[in-house]
Amino acid sequence: MTGRDDPAATDAAATGVEAAGTTASGTTASGTAASGTAASGTTASGTAASGTAASETTEPGTAAPDAEWRRLDPRTVRVSLLTVAGICVAAGVPTGFGIASTSLFWALITVLPASAAALAGTVVVEGVRLRRTRYRVLADRLELTKGVLVRTRRSVSRDRIRTVDLTAGPPARLFGIVTVKIDTGEQGGSGASSVSLYAVARGEGERLRAELLDRGRGDGRPATGGRLATFDPRWVRYAPLSIVTPALGAAAYGGVLQVAEWFGLQSGVIRWAIDLLGGLGLVGGVAVVAVVGVVIGVLGSLALFVEMWWNFRLDREAGGTVRVRRGLLTVRSISLEEQRLRGVELVEPLGVRTAGAARVDAVATGLRSQGDEDKGDRKTLLPAAPRGEADRVAAAVLREAAGPTSAELTRHPIAARGRRIRRALAAAAAPVAVLAGCWWLFSSPVLLHLTWIGAVAGVPIALALAVDAYRNLGHGLSGDYLVARHGSVRRSTVALQRRGVIGLTARQSLFQRRRGLMTITATTAAGSGAYSVHDADAAEGLAFADEAVPGLFGPLFERG
Amino acid sequence: MSESETNESETGAGVTGAGRFGTGDGGTLRLRPPAHRVNRTAVTWWRSRILLTGGAVVAVLVVLALVLPGGARFWLLAPAAGFAVVTVVAAVGMPLWWYRVHRWEVTGDAVYTRTGALWQEWRVAPMSRIQTVDSERGPLEQVFGLATVTVTTASAKGALTIPGLDRDLAADLVHELTETTQATPGDAT
Repeated sequence: MTGRDDPAATDAAATGVEAAGTTASGTTASGTAASGTAASGTTASGTAASGTAASETTEPGTAAPDAEWRRLDPRTVRVSLLTVAGICVAAGVPTGFGIASTSLFWALITVLPASAAALAGTVVVEGVRLRRTRYRVLADRLELTKGVLVRTRRSVSRDRIRTVDLTAGPPARLFGIVTVKIDTGEQGGSGASSVSLYAVARGEGERLRAELLDRGRGDGRPATGGRLATFDPRWVRYAPLSIVTPALGAAAYGGVLQVAEWFGLQSGVIRWAIDLLGGLGLVGGVAVVAVVGVVIGVLGSLALFVEMWWNFRLDREAGGTVRVRRGLLTVRSISLEEQRLRGVELVEPLGVRTAGAARVDAVATGLRSQGDEDKGDRKTLLPAAPRGEADRVAAAVLREAAGPTSAELTRHPIAARGRRIRRALAAAAAPVAVLAGCWWLFSSPVLLHLTWIGAVAGVPIALALAVDAYRNLGHGLSGDYLVARHGSVRRSTVALQRRGVIGLTARQSLFQRRRGLMTITATTAAGSGAYSVHDADAAEGLAFADEAVPGLFGPLFERG
Repeated sequence: MSESETNESETGAGVTGAGRFGTGDGGTLRLRPPAHRVNRTAVTWWRSRILLTGGAVVAVLVVLALVLPGGARFWLLAPAAGFAVVTVVAAVGMPLWWYRVHRWEVTGDAVYTRTGALWQEWRVAPMSRIQTVDSERGPLEQVFGLATVTVTTASAKGALTIPGLDRDLAADLVHELTETTQATPGDAT
């Protein structure tokens, strides 16, 4: 087979002779001039002769029926054009106004040609890129060639493909195309293990996803599909309870000041705000600023949640994958092979937990963050939802009858509470000590007040969190799963498949040794790599570890 | 595999109270130390490492104190003196403590290690889950004829390290572990 780049094929592509009708949507790219045709759209013009280009796919060895080279969708150019046009408007209008304040003529003569050049450049670059990018799915691997000056050819073994994610932003949805990201989930060498196709027709994307992920593994499990969870609009109420809310509120103020600084108006803005709020006094002014910040934060977190999670669906598919689909404007489809699933983690940040809700994350191997905008959310199987629903979804994903995350857990010895209280008090004392030190150095009354306020407010909060953290400690076994819970600000209940445990660590500090406590960690290839049972009773914890993963520590056990 | 370094398990547990779990009544489940100690030379190796690192810091401080004008001298020499004391104390005490704690054992099914001092860790990696076995020799280790063996699994946090092994013993160990893990089926995840 032609493993190397075939000069004849490249020439054929450059002269516009291509294999037609390979995309599922029936859209065929063709034409002569690189920029002109690509921009002119979906009408299949030109001669779609399957002669020269198709011939190279029929060498011996490529037995798969659909081994023809395929191309990206020509509508990609228009999506890129729309995106660049948006950037031109967003950047050009303020710049234009800025220059127009001195001279309208110069504003027009600089901004308009620059925008035109950017648009024309996009058409040319994208046109050439589309022309020079092709991929094909063979029986055992996926091949991609791309690049203009430097031709790269990438071959990804189909056995290694772990995820096929589809993403479509608003412009892409308008034109019916999706970006396909195919990833092998291997650690290290981020670029080499993933293939991104920007962009193919929606139908083609779905077809690729189904084809690459469905390997028809006969692992004995019933290959039935089905809906596991559906979005409930009432879940939106949990969105403002996240840490995002204050962060967005603060970011809004920061953003206003930053923009004002660009135009040299920062002190003006601050003075204007002080004038506006001057009548309210210091406390009133601070309160108004805080309330406005919270309102902005709440609105922002609601908008973000709706954009991310609207129309969320969690499905189990016949091919042995679990699929999350979601998004209001940008729609995403994220797939996870069940074979790689080692468990789930029920995450309850403090705010969300107070409202009786929880999030479900997957604990899976090869689910490496890809450094794009939603890297933290690729593992999320269910957004913050009522606790009962979260337990139900966790059990359904794991195919367990009784939800491991709602199992009755063994409490930890009271000595663990002392550890938490001491640690929390130390954490509360540190800022107070720093403030007291500053007060001693500068003897300012403001610092004195801050010191006692810090002490009075910090100590009860620290104590409450410590006691809560102790009460949350627990571990147990539920069916095939090892369950461990800990944390207060972020309570985490992890259910880890017992045969997914690939090692154990027993850890004791000097203080733990004195008090008969032990932290037992199960290492795994999935998720964060290690999940701990913190401060269990040493003997009980060891017995638990031996029951969870029999025989591992066995040879080292002794009775004394 | 190691003749001279086996079965001293009872001698090392005393000082730190290692291996004592629970309330200490008869019948409490606990972990015994793995069978083998590291090579005795490791104490010298650890000691030289501490002395060299600490000595370098002290030397920099002293040189700065000599070069810089008089006012800064005290503020450089005082920490240098403090650091020198800490280094010497650590160099005397820590290697002995480490030597008592550091243990390893290989059975047909798994590799066990115990490391640490203030925080002690027992680690186990089953043969079927071992992915790589490396042996590494830093410049100082080469001087003392020692090697460090690292056993990794598919977990990002599951690596076992056995420092301060005799060079030939480490080579044998790597060879033996590689043979065993290759003979064990499974994809180790």
